[in-house]
Amino acid sequence: MTTDTLYQEIILDHYKHPAGRGLREPFDGESHQVNPTCGDEMTVRVRLAGDRVKDLSYDGKGCSISQASASVLHQLVAGHRVDEAFGTCDAFTELMQGRGEVEPDEDVLGDGIAFAGVARYPARIKCALLSWMAFRDAVARALAMAGKERA
Amino acid sequence: MNELASPLDAEQVRKDFPILERRLAGDRPLVYLDSANTSQKPRAVLDALADHYERHNANVARAVHQLGEEATAAYENARTKVAAFIGAPSRDEVVFTKNASEALNLVANTLASGLAADPRFRLGPDDDVVITEMEHHSNIVPWQLACQRTGTRLRWFGLTDEGRLEVSNLVDLVTERTKIVAMVHQSNILGTVNSVSPIVARAREVGALVMLDCAQSVPHKPVDVTELGVDLIAFTGHKMCGPTGIGVLWGRTEVLDALPPFLGGGEMIETVDMTGSTFAPIPHKFEAGTPPIAQAVGLGTAVDYLSDLGMVNVAAHERALTTYALERLGEIDGVRFVGPRLPISRGGTVSFTVDGIHPHDVGQVLDELGIAVRVGHHCARPVCVRYGIPATTRASFYLYTTPAEVDALVDGVKQVQRFFG
Repeated sequence: MTTDTLYQEIILDHYKHPAGRGLREPFDGESHQVNPTCGDEMTVRVRLAGDRVKDLSYDGKGCSISQASASVLHQLVAGHRVDEAFGTCDAFTELMQGRGEVEPDEDVLGDGIAFAGVARYPARIKCALLSWMAFRDAVARALAMAGKERA
Repeated sequence: MNELASPLDAEQVRKDFPILERRLAGDRPLVYLDSANTSQKPRAVLDALADHYERHNANVARAVHQLGEEATAAYENARTKVAAFIGAPSRDEVVFTKNASEALNLVANTLASGLAADPRFRLGPDDDVVITEMEHHSNIVPWQLACQRTGTRLRWFGLTDEGRLEVSNLVDLVTERTKIVAMVHQSNILGTVNSVSPIVARAREVGALVMLDCAQSVPHKPVDVTELGVDLIAFTGHKMCGPTGIGVLWGRTEVLDALPPFLGGGEMIETVDMTGSTFAPIPHKFEAGTPPIAQAVGLGTAVDYLSDLGMVNVAAHERALTTYALERLGEIDGVRFVGPRLPISRGGTVSFTVDGIHPHDVGQVLDELGIAVRVGHHCARPVCVRYGIPATTRASFYLYTTPAEVDALVDGVKQVQRFFG
């Protein structure tokens, strides 16, 4: 295992040229997540339309893994159905927690498969998952808010 | 590589540390630059631990059998050694704790408990606790909790842009309201060594206690509590060639006598009735339950090891290394120091950022080269906030660090820049 396997070209690309970066208005739910061990921070906003994630916007500071992961998250869930997006989240989380023994499905994870090597670096898994945790939380907040408004 | 003007022969010292022979993945030699996190252990300390468990293991201060007496003598002998090492007037002023954090928590909690007979040792709503923005979390959070419990006001010294304490407002900050000033001796992130005497002098004027967090100073330079003139200090064994699980609280006899007990249990009592208890004299008043016996013995051996080399020599070695490291790292474009740039009143802990590259990524690539540094906020997040950075890369040196390892770090940082460039 070398840094080349951790820092796949795809990851460095997303880090240097992130997709959909920057916080946008309007949004239905927002979540701010912190990795207390290294101080990485990530804010994710979601805009929902019906059963779809109309937009996912984000901003944060942190290492290449955490920032590239947010870019991939944007690519994989923006415009997709919420249940699909959660399925992608589950697959990505499973890959990260799989100690490098999970075979990633490119049809589901797209560029996310480049993170397979990160799973072998326990200290970095949280970095990769930070934006994904924020996404789940932001959707939950959006749905809770929508529920409150209906009631 | 420079010839270092050091009184220590680091190559010879390294032979005492078995782990420094380790080869890492890819058969790379270990370049260990994380001693401010925990130091490596010399053979003598490892042998002392094994010898204790193999030959003398028993509980202390309660067994009448031979092993119990041997274990008790070894444990108490370690206390004597530690007392001499820090210039304590009495061995009874040395309290063994789990680590420096526990020692700091002990003082914060006993002051907050309101159980002291003397009001000078009780925190209340009309009092201040003064800390600094330079503290490790373990000298911030216990005081925040203590202040929350008692309604005491928490105040702090700020930092200058150069990474020094801002003491121009000393007189306004430390006042008749101040019960205790708790501050770090040497910063674990900036490397700054604080000048203690003006603060002690002001604290004396207003009748405040002074507690010093010496976790990063006692391992690296001669520290004499009498000379410092403070009331309490905390430090830990594992950063000074000793085992984990053993720390030290030193306090002046009058202060420790006045503080109420912290943890209750066996060994800290005089007599126990169902309606109440009386307590053992110091230091045992603060050592409830079975203490870390083998660890204390190991710390005693670490103290012997350091004393044989001479703390003056250890400090001089680190000063020479730090001077060299600041010079070499400072030559790299894009490297910015967080902390004093000059090797004056600072220790061998060098924090820096690399433009455009997150410390986590710096640390990861260095690790692939066999170079162990720490990255993150180093449990001193307010310092990072003060300088507007999320984290730093920190290289920290010790008596076994060589200039060749500094060279490896410099080459490693350049490789990081090429990789992410």
